[in-house]
Order: sequence, then structure tokens, then C-alpha cells
Amino acid sequence: MKLRVLVSLKPGVLDAQGRAIEHALRDLGHAQVKGVRTGKLVVLDLDTPDPASARALASELCEKLLANPVIEQYEILS
Amino acid sequence: MSGARVGVLVFPGSLDDRDMMRSLGLLGAEVQAIWHKDARLPELDGIGVPGGFSYGDYLRAGAMARFSPVMRAVLEFAASGRPVLGVCNGFQILCEAGLLPGALVRNRDLKFICQDVRVAVEDPGNFRAELPPGRTLVMPVKHGDGAYVPDPEHKPRVAFRYVGGSPNGSTDDIAGVANAAGNVVGLMPHPEHAVDPLLGSTDGAPLLRSFLAACLATRARR
Repeated sequence: MKLRVLVSLKPGVLDAQGRAIEHALRDLGHAQVKGVRTGKLVVLDLDTPDPASARALASELCEKLLANPVIEQYEILS
Repeated sequence: MSGARVGVLVFPGSLDDRDMMRSLGLLGAEVQAIWHKDARLPELDGIGVPGGFSYGDYLRAGAMARFSPVMRAVLEFAASGRPVLGVCNGFQILCEAGLLPGALVRNRDLKFICQDVRVAVEDPGNFRAELPPGRTLVMPVKHGDGAYVPDPEHKPRVAFRYVGGSPNGSTDDIAGVANAAGNVVGLMPHPEHAVDPLLGSTDGAPLLRSFLAACLATRARR
């Protein structure tokens, strides 16, 4: 089954890319934009017997490689 | 200083391995390249982890290199108290591998930076032979992901700090750190590009000699 994992910088860690996008959007006249954070979407195709073990595996892969817990957080979407 | 046996790791995408080998050789070390697939290390007194873009820096700088066969051997090597020096991508790899605390993220201004910087020595762990606190060194940096972010749970031992503000948005202007034991040091500036007057600065030489002195000191103790 396919699982999508969202990896992003933790709040408080400077997201230079997000900030540059935020400035660009405001420069385009969208003063309502108060903040932009970016992340990485990783789509995993996993051969596991059931959704629960797929999620457990995805979580393990995040801890091991996909996210660096010092600076990043992850969320398993679906 | 002659006789320190140093291995320089070579990953797919390493760029500065040759410069690191050449500079350490000029300073009297016996240097050999260590391929990333080598799970066993030869008899060495120190290891250099060079700059570049290992594995294309995909995912995160240094993230994939950490799982190379050679890195397991490097973890054991470091745990035995022998010196490991990481420069630029090598610094990022050592952070990803957990040998140094913290992590490196994209430069504040999203620009690749290539310029000379001045750093001040603070606490370079065991690499202190020619690095008294307060000494300043001019060396080049060339990186896109050089902003150091400390691990809130492990206060870094700051080895080097940028003088006059960091070029990349590093927390507290940190340019390099040492591990708690003092035998692993990583920094973003490139000492190996600053040993020949032709290239503008020779301030990298005392740093590399201090690394080699630590190599010989640990060998003498073993």
C-alpha cells in the first residue's frame, strides 16, 4: 500500500525556503500571508500485510532516515 | 608531525577528498583514501571526512552517507577516542551520524556561499596544539547548507565561531563544534583549501597540524 509522509522543519528551526516564499507572496500583494512553512512529501509504496504494519514501518523509516529528529518532524498522512 | 596515518573517506559525490589528502600529505601525514564501501579500516591514527555532495545530498546533506558500510567502522573508530575531522559535507555527515551534536540546514539567504571567512577558536577539543582560544583563522567556505542548528538536548562544545557574524545564519555564529570527548571535530570552513599561499591563506595549516598532533598523541597512548 502507498503511504504519504510529510517531513518538515520543526517550529523554531529557520525555514529559509518558507520565508523566501512568504516574502514573494507578500510582494505579489497578498498582505494576508502571515507565514509559510515548507516540507517534503515522501510517497512510500510498502509491501506489508495490513495498514497498521505499513504505518508502523513508515514510522520506523522516518526515525531511521527520512527525518532528522534534531531539526525535523514527520507526519504520516495516509 | 610526520608519520600520522590518516584515512580520508571517499563517498560518491565527495569533492574535497583530493585536497584533504594533498594538504595533510604536505603537512607530513601518511594519507590514504578509504572507499565508502570498505567496512574494515586499515591501521589508522585519524580519519578525515571531506566536503562535497555525498549521494547528491539527496534528502538531507549527509543523510545517506551515514549509512555507508565505512561509517560503522568510523563510529567504532571515534568511540575508541581516535581523532576524526569533518569538513563541510564531512561535518554534515558526522552530525547525521550522531558523532557530533546538532544539524546543518539551508543557508539563511538560500544562496550558495563561496568566500573567505574569519573564525575565532574557542574550544577545539583535542585539536588544540596550535589552536589557542581566541586565535583567528581565515579560511574559505563554500556551501549551501551551512546554518548550524544545535540539538536542544546536547549543548555543543563550540570549536570555532564566525567573527563579525555568520554568512549563513548559523545559530550563535557557530562555524564548528567538537564532541564531548573532544576527539571529533567538524566545521564548515575548509582548512584543506588554505595551506598554500597561492590560494590566499595558510591558516588551514595550523588547524590540520593540530588534528595530526591529536592523531599522534592518541597513537602514543595506545
